[in-house]
Amino acid sequence: MSDNVIEARGLLKLYGAQRAVNAIDLDIRRGEIFGLLGPNGAGKTTTILMLLGLTETSGGSVSVLGFDPVRQPLEVKRRVGYLPDAVGFYDHLTARENLAYTARLLDIPRREATERIMESLKSVNLDDVADKRVATFSRGMRQRLGIAEIVMKKAEVAILDEPTSGLDPHATFELLEMIRGLKRLNVAVLLSSHLLDRVQSVCDRVALFNKGDIALMGTVVELANQVLGAGHPLQVEASGIDVAATLRGVEGVQRVTEEGAGTWRVVADRDVRAAVAQRIVSSGGSLTRLADLQPSLEEVYTRYFQEARHAA
Amino acid sequence: MQRKAAREGSPFTGLGPVFMKEFSDHLSSARMMVLMLFVIVFGAFPVATSLQTLRSAVDPNSFIFLRIFTLEPEQVGISFTAALNFIIPLMAIGLGFDSVNSEFNRRTLSRVLSQPIYRDALLLGKFLGGLATLAVALVALWLIVLGAGLILLGVPPRGVEVARGLSFLLVAIAYGGVWLAIAILFSVIFRSTATSALCALGVWLFFFILWPQLAGALLVGFAPSEIRTVDDYVALQSVGLGLMRLSPGTLFSEAVLGLLAPETRTLGPMLPSQMRGAIMGAPLPFDQSLLLIWPQVTGLIAGMIVVFAAAYVIFQREEVRA
Ligand SMILES: Nc1ncnc2c1ncn2[C@@H]1O[C@H](COP(=O)(O)OP(=O)(O)OP(=O)(O)O)[C@@H](O)[C@H]1O
Ligand SMILES: [Mg+2]
Repeated sequence: MSDNVIEARGLLKLYGAQRAVNAIDLDIRRGEIFGLLGPNGAGKTTTILMLLGLTETSGGSVSVLGFDPVRQPLEVKRRVGYLPDAVGFYDHLTARENLAYTARLLDIPRREATERIMESLKSVNLDDVADKRVATFSRGMRQRLGIAEIVMKKAEVAILDEPTSGLDPHATFELLEMIRGLKRLNVAVLLSSHLLDRVQSVCDRVALFNKGDIALMGTVVELANQVLGAGHPLQVEASGIDVAATLRGVEGVQRVTEEGAGTWRVVADRDVRAAVAQRIVSSGGSLTRLADLQPSLEEVYTRYFQEARHAA
Repeated sequence: MQRKAAREGSPFTGLGPVFMKEFSDHLSSARMMVLMLFVIVFGAFPVATSLQTLRSAVDPNSFIFLRIFTLEPEQVGISFTAALNFIIPLMAIGLGFDSVNSEFNRRTLSRVLSQPIYRDALLLGKFLGGLATLAVALVALWLIVLGAGLILLGVPPRGVEVARGLSFLLVAIAYGGVWLAIAILFSVIFRSTATSALCALGVWLFFFILWPQLAGALLVGFAPSEIRTVDDYVALQSVGLGLMRLSPGTLFSEAVLGLLAPETRTLGPMLPSQMRGAIMGAPLPFDQSLLLIWPQVTGLIAGMIVVFAAAYVIFQREEVRA
């Protein structure tokens, strides 16, 4: 068996003449967190629905855990947990009753279900409101209940469509912790989101969607190398000398740009931190900060779509 | 575009849980209480007055229990079955008008369909859950009427009366099924629950108010310039009857007539050949009555299946995303 839990080849979705998803290839590995990014209408939700067999494909092939969602949707849906964007529950039922209904649909024996429901509610900190009606739940609680459903299901793959939309920063943080918790249970997680820094913090790999195509795919560093160019960006804060002039002489440094008062951004083709520090100090300047800048997904995203717009 | 490949797994996986959930949701809902209240208020009046009338004229040979259902008391002007004829659709519409679109609006549909279940089971479970609820309500009502009859008339119903009464119950449930299917069809077509309720009620009003007029008008169009023979007349009558039978209400009232008024020999225009050898007013045996109403019953069931199938086809094509 291959190590991929999801394999899509030439996955295509047509809405009339519009190619909502344009023959994409996608591999999700076991136990990784994979992020789908892209502007509104790029085709993320459509891709997710096709992976689950909830909408028909117009072409291409998909395999989820070795099953074909078109021909064997029940097998796929037994093993994959799905949190739709803006998930809904039955308001007149309690959290526990909602999960009990799912458990019955999953054909989990009653006694085992009771246990699994309680455990899963505990894992998302909803155990003290287990018997409250969902009507009284906040957005964040509903989202967590959706995660609890996936935990209860013991899914091997979790597909989360914009799990953090509409959550406050603290709730977002908590939810991302729960997503990491899923990964610790060796669940592969596929999530779509617009919160780039959050995605960067949890995702092992990301795919950047643009008008139905996957424009870029890989780790954030790989994407940064492709879009921003190879190089090690540094942030330097120093005073007492002309930093730009001093550092231009350091071997390997390509660019030095002033970002603010006393702050410079240095791009080099290798790790030049030691040389930079030495040069500044030996030139009589005082070095107050020297930081290796992680490439930010935000930057990659913004730059990519700027260029895409220019190209168009 | 590729054809949809054969799917694996039973389409009825998960039918049981969906059915149980719908059934218990209905039974515990405030809406169900309102509907029951409605039925009791509308049904109690004709039944009470019928019982008043029947108490004073006891004839041990007649089907006195069945008369409770069919008697048209002067004070009320409507029999219990006639009241049911238009209340049952209302109940069915009340139970079904939001069955699918409310799942869309609550955004529960995609979550439920991401569990191992086909859409087939979801729709069928909803239909059967509604039908079972309707059946419970009708059985309760039927028992109440029977109980009231027992107490006030002081005689137990005869076996054949019970048999006819039970058949009547089944026909009533089938009739409710037709309207439930219609309500569910609209709940699949329209995302807005108000629109689907409005459309279902529109169909109901159409069949009860407009259709008799319209059928009459159409019949005038069909009529030959002059009617010379009895055959001409009979032909015209049967066209008219055929038109009226497109309305589920007509089928129901005919079936009820055959079952609860045992002296009914024919549900169409009476021909001289049918009169021959018949003692007017003598009751038909139960099996003969059943045979008589069989086409009406199959008509109701066929209508229910056709409408449900339409809802099914549309639901299969619908996008799950809200
Ligand atoms: N039922 C439909 N009929 C026609 N076009 C549709 C339908 N559903 C989606 N689309 C189109 O498919 C494209 C992809 O939509 P999709 O919902 O997958 O985007 P998305 O990446 O999830 O966007 P968002 O970030 O807003 O959720 C959009 O251009 C949309 O207009
Ligand atoms: Mg989306």
